[in-house]
Amino acid sequence: MPSLKIANQDTISAIATAPGTAAIGIVRVSGSDAFALAEKMFRRADPKPLESHRIYVGEIVNPETGVAVDRALLLVFKAPNSYTGEDCVEFSCHGGSAVLRQALELTWRFGARPAEPGEFTLRAFLNGKLDLAQAEAVADLIHARAEAQGRAALELHKGALSQQARHLSDSALSLLASVEAVIDFSEEIGDLNTEALQSQIQELIEETETLLKRAKAGRLLREGVRLAIIGQPNVGKSSLLNALLQEERAIVTEVPGTTRDVIEESFQAGGVPFIVQDTAGLRNSEDTVERIGIERTRQAIENADALLFVFSAHAGWTEADQALWETLPDKPALLVANKIDLLDTPVSSQPTAILVSALTGTGLEDVRHALLSLLDLHDLNSENLPVTHARHANALREAADHLRHALHTIDQALPPDFLSIDLRSAWLAYGQITGETVEEDLIHRIFRDFCIGK
Amino acid sequence: MNRDYDVIVVGTGHAGVEAALAAARMGCQTASFTLNRERIAYMPCNCSIGGPAKGHLAREVDALGGQMGINTDLSLTHIRRVGTGKGPAVQTLRAHADKSIYPQTMRRVMESQPHLALVENAVEGLLTHQNRIVGVKLADGSEVTAHAVIITTGTFLNGLCHLGEQKIEAARHGDPPVGGLSQSLRALGFRMGRFKTGTTPRLRKSSIDLTQMILIEPEEDSPPFSFKHARLEFARLLLPCWQTYTNERAHAVIQANLHRSAMYSGQIQGTGPRYCPSIEDKIHRFPEKRAHPIFLEQEYWDQEDLYVQGMSTSLPEETQMEILQAMPGMEQVEMIRAGYAVEYDMVYPDQLHLTLMAREVEGLFLAGQINGTSGYEEAAAQGLVAGINAALYAQNREPLVLERARSYIGVLIDDLVTKGVEDPYRMLTGRAEYRLTLRHDNADERLTPVGRAVGLVDDERWQRFTQKRHGIETETERLQSEFVSGKHNPWLQANGQSMVSDRVSAYDYLRRPGARYETLSALLGWENPAPSDVVEQIEINAKYEAYLKKQSQQVQQQQKLEHWRIPDDLDYHLLRAISKESREKLAKARPRTVGQAARVPGVRPADIHCLLVYLKKENGAFYSA
Repeated sequence: MPSLKIANQDTISAIATAPGTAAIGIVRVSGSDAFALAEKMFRRADPKPLESHRIYVGEIVNPETGVAVDRALLLVFKAPNSYTGEDCVEFSCHGGSAVLRQALELTWRFGARPAEPGEFTLRAFLNGKLDLAQAEAVADLIHARAEAQGRAALELHKGALSQQARHLSDSALSLLASVEAVIDFSEEIGDLNTEALQSQIQELIEETETLLKRAKAGRLLREGVRLAIIGQPNVGKSSLLNALLQEERAIVTEVPGTTRDVIEESFQAGGVPFIVQDTAGLRNSEDTVERIGIERTRQAIENADALLFVFSAHAGWTEADQALWETLPDKPALLVANKIDLLDTPVSSQPTAILVSALTGTGLEDVRHALLSLLDLHDLNSENLPVTHARHANALREAADHLRHALHTIDQALPPDFLSIDLRSAWLAYGQITGETVEEDLIHRIFRDFCIGK
Repeated sequence: MNRDYDVIVVGTGHAGVEAALAAARMGCQTASFTLNRERIAYMPCNCSIGGPAKGHLAREVDALGGQMGINTDLSLTHIRRVGTGKGPAVQTLRAHADKSIYPQTMRRVMESQPHLALVENAVEGLLTHQNRIVGVKLADGSEVTAHAVIITTGTFLNGLCHLGEQKIEAARHGDPPVGGLSQSLRALGFRMGRFKTGTTPRLRKSSIDLTQMILIEPEEDSPPFSFKHARLEFARLLLPCWQTYTNERAHAVIQANLHRSAMYSGQIQGTGPRYCPSIEDKIHRFPEKRAHPIFLEQEYWDQEDLYVQGMSTSLPEETQMEILQAMPGMEQVEMIRAGYAVEYDMVYPDQLHLTLMAREVEGLFLAGQINGTSGYEEAAAQGLVAGINAALYAQNREPLVLERARSYIGVLIDDLVTKGVEDPYRMLTGRAEYRLTLRHDNADERLTPVGRAVGLVDDERWQRFTQKRHGIETETERLQSEFVSGKHNPWLQANGQSMVSDRVSAYDYLRRPGARYETLSALLGWENPAPSDVVEQIEINAKYEAYLKKQSQQVQQQQKLEHWRIPDDLDYHLLRAISKESREKLAKARPRTVGQAARVPGVRPADIHCLLVYLKKENGAFYSA
């Protein structure tokens, strides 16, 4: 068997800031050669050896040519007091992809190799700087697009879900233990009290279901609510979108591989991200529904978690509105009567519609509130923390299934040994959340969600 | 290098005989050293083989090609099924063997076994060279060499018997202890401890009014212990046993004399078995229990000795009498021999590999009570595994490690080696995680192919096994291809069976609660119904399919970890994500696989996750998988 070289971590580097134009960008380097590399490619006035937790001012230079690439700051962290637990340096350069890219390539030429996604955090985990649940939360924090998302990730980081899952797991384990004890020692402790057991299992199922109910909200929070804005031409869909985007700070993402069209944009409401689909279509094809392409609209509607149906309060609810409305699938939908600024008295023939003026901003706050209530996302806090991971929701669902089967086993009057199989399965399922169940591919599933540079 | 023997086995208790027979049957020139050939496979404690979990072990020993099951079938005076109300995984057999026939029968097998030399001589020490076994030294100073040596000395190492305040240097009633070997093991660096075990008084049957006890009849229709036997054959009528209970008067006597028990007066330093406690232990630990069950078991066909199962004790003789006399029907009881406790040297088994070879002395194997276990079946199971591995070692073949998910023997050895022992280890069904898979009735399916592969299963056993396996297949097919429909309803109703609304396969009908194979075979008019051992497997497979599947999923998940080898040279001290305490424990235990690592006491799941990442990373598998 080959011998292990765990101590010899090679040196890795990556850009640690988000791609795109920004004021600064950071190249992060970690590993045993990090300091040597910094000495080579960072020119500074102070000739003394690098000290931990100090910031140096200087220039990033190409050591071969002596040509300066950028004026930059160098941050130094000596092992073990760094994010990864290894020797670590960070070059804080001017933003702009060309400069950053050059700096990064220099690190690769002089001692580092490109980092894999999540490799910095993986090293932090391996060096005992983070536990598994914290590592999982780091990925969430990185991906958080909005405030409530970040809050949920932070709760996970602090172990709120683990605590609840551990409580469930402990309950399942103590039920299992009581059943197993009867199998070997019924002489000493008597037979199984099936009635008490049934009610304990039922209780456990209910607690699990309560957690699960919040899984849907959790997914929306984690992934963002996909919203489709629908309506006849000229009802003001795009001005409504602009109004929502302008009020919040819009986050614009470029999706590679497509044209330079912006195809989705997002705004926040109550800390929850809403992703508006097919905005390219909305913007470019305001006038004719036909030009959007029926297929594309249909898809946006199909993918959406919620629909925002816009009509003109000024024109009133037309036959065309009614016809379009009737084609929509059964999904949470919000009716918005736009252009109330054109009315003398703001009323609509549709009593449930929210009255809005995209032009003046009237009613926008109501739209945001209504969207949150529509999806049961209006009162998220650490008490009713949503289950944000599909992985966690699946484990809870699995546990509940095994517990229901345990009730069935009792109903069938099967001997305690069968019950122990159901209860063991439930316990193992809960353990997937707490990490008590050791699973071969668990680690992989956690670290594969990372991006490069973390 | 030339050696006198391939394998030497020291001791001929239940571990020793299995070890010697296995090695010889696998073609090794084997020498078996005994102190007394009259006491080969002697039963110094109770007369029973089997019972919950122990019956499973006995059947597994048999399925692998061991002798215990065959010998039990040939010498039993009583047999019955136990644990029948607790589900198919827990139920098994319990037999009483005649205490003189069992050793005699085993002795004949040993004496007629080719390649096996039975030598009456005392082994006083071990010969090693550069951490490798060379042979043994005998009491007369002569040396005998071998490639492998198996030590199965039971309670003989510095055995000390206690009867109340009385102390006798003996390994058991009538046998002197052995000291030299213990010294030799210590000199080789083994960590050793002192354990204690006890036995019960023996009573004269005619002195007891048995009509005041609950009569337990034997079950003549019980299946045999050995898979090699089609059915049990009895030369004479089987014997019953009796059950009674201790009472508050008896408990009061024990309470009043607790200070005189060797265990409680501090005379015994050794640790007693938690799960096979003495009667004074039970009274002390369960003060709220007003009665403990007691079984009176007949030790011989033709003698009066009754064993008092449930009353092992080291109280003084007169106190034992007082306790017994307090129970109804025993007012006039005569004691043939008082109960006593014995303490002895043992070797902590976490110093062994899963093959039962010592980590620090190549070629030296330890099996049985010396490893801190209690019970004949536990001893036999280890003896068999040590015998097989000693032979494989001597023959330069791959070692055999039995998995937890495949056998109670695997559970036993993994527990001993990975977790170590703090008190005498007794097998319990609760120690196995996958009980429904590890039934006593399918031990052959699980282990006979393994025994065949190492060369221990003879043609006769193999043929019986393949026949049964074939029978299960063809009979399952028949059940799946024949149907029960509306036209059978009148017959079903007339015979008190549940009726069908749709046409269902006979196999699906069999899944119904209470449905039996014999009903179907009568209903469908089959002239050649399957034999009962085949029917048993089919009924279990059909009725408990959902649970079997669920458990097999659990097993599969676990097997990924069990099959994941940890490099022998892994330096745990570099794994900084693992707590220092766990690193030290892992470095000491040196688990063979990730699954085993997870069972090292005190190692947390999070530590194992870290270990997984390291292993994956070092394999280069982390980012490519």
